[in-house]
Amino acid sequence: MSQIEKLISVFSTSLGIPEAAVTDDLQYNSLPEWDSTAHMVLISELENQFDIMLDTDDIIDMSSVRVAKQILGKHNITFE
Amino acid sequence: MNVDFKSQYLAGLETLMSQPIYQLPQMEKEALLFPVVESLHHLHRDRCEKYANITRQNHSNPRLLSELPYLAVRLFKQLELSSINKDDIFKVLSSSGTTSQTPAQVFLDKETSARQSKVLVKILQQHIGRQRLPMLIIDSPSVLKDKSKFNARGAGIQGMAFFGRDLTYALDENMQPNWPAIEQFHEKYANQPVLLFGFTFMVWLYFLEFIRNKGASLDFSQGTLLHSGGWKKLEDQKVDNQQFKLALYEATGIQSCFNFYGMAEQVGSIFVECSNGHLHTPVFADIIVRDPLSLASVEIGQLGLLQVISSLPSSYPGQSLLTEDLGTILGVDDCPCGQKGKYFSVHGRLPKTEVRGCSDTHQGAA
Ligand SMILES: [Zn+2]
Repeated sequence: MSQIEKLISVFSTSLGIPEAAVTDDLQYNSLPEWDSTAHMVLISELENQFDIMLDTDDIIDMSSVRVAKQILGKHNITFE
Repeated sequence: MNVDFKSQYLAGLETLMSQPIYQLPQMEKEALLFPVVESLHHLHRDRCEKYANITRQNHSNPRLLSELPYLAVRLFKQLELSSINKDDIFKVLSSSGTTSQTPAQVFLDKETSARQSKVLVKILQQHIGRQRLPMLIIDSPSVLKDKSKFNARGAGIQGMAFFGRDLTYALDENMQPNWPAIEQFHEKYANQPVLLFGFTFMVWLYFLEFIRNKGASLDFSQGTLLHSGGWKKLEDQKVDNQQFKLALYEATGIQSCFNFYGMAEQVGSIFVECSNGHLHTPVFADIIVRDPLSLASVEIGQLGLLQVISSLPSSYPGQSLLTEDLGTILGVDDCPCGQKGKYFSVHGRLPKTEVRGCSDTHQGAA
């Protein structure tokens, strides 16, 4: 599984939305499924699947799929 | 209206956000905070008719935070005070004041809600760092279950959850200690850095007392407890901050313990205790103490009603609120802990919460 496939799968399972809905522009709190509770599930799934530790700044900053990619980029996970 | 108060507000807030949280001397801080709170005042006058009516007789030319209009906090129980369109309401926070029948209602849009989380994180990072730790919540998971009733306790826990991993609840659905859950958490994380969070009286009644009566003791010597809420619910038991800390140490080994003060009507801008037990004002917020009768602001060391000022709420007019809590400014810029700005203590509630002119505003120059 490529990194981008993995990312889409994590978003899709954590938020309970179809993979097709996981686009760069998808934003936190833009759908009922991505609320603050689901956000914490998402964070811990990202940590498990990519074997990283996210801090509180990362959680607050992760406002969209696009930003999530940038934050994972800081952990040397790239999506190109 | 020619002036765009919203952009003025956001620009001022950005400047505040870039400042160190506890290092600005009071004068410098007020110079930055005043324009932000003033633009919030104008913004809410434009967007909330009730607020505009209440504050009609504004001080003509306010220059100080204490001269800007403020609302009695109880107004949020009596009126729906909102500065946003119905469509923009993201959540309505209702505070579950145990004694009062009507809960306060606080209208949040996404923007204000996100700002509250961000500032809460910025403030708490000063005390517990940026890393997330295994977290034991001294509360029941049921407080988060009913999403339709988004209450202040749930909101507090949710805000704090950003700091935790492997979130474990120490109480069960019936608010009884869940000893197996506590023991399991202890087995996994004893003698490691962990975070405990709860409301002061619940930590005392349902956690510390329980452990003591059980004759048990836990080893969270590398842990930190954050707890919020005053001591008024523990007054009959004559528990003060020092006794609390001692009991905490005996039951859990925790030496790092911070109380914080904050209003449900101003989520995010909280006042955290330092190593000297003094509550400190962060750059985003401030405290004024007023005489309960004259409502004039009082000197350092004098007891009075606490007025809380926050730079965060743009969706409801809650930037300056007169609380029903009594407190004292202990000093300005000179706490031995090194943090600048005002520091204060809270002494419980005004016995009979009859703040003068409850359906009116209060003018700073009074
Ligand atoms: Zn201090």
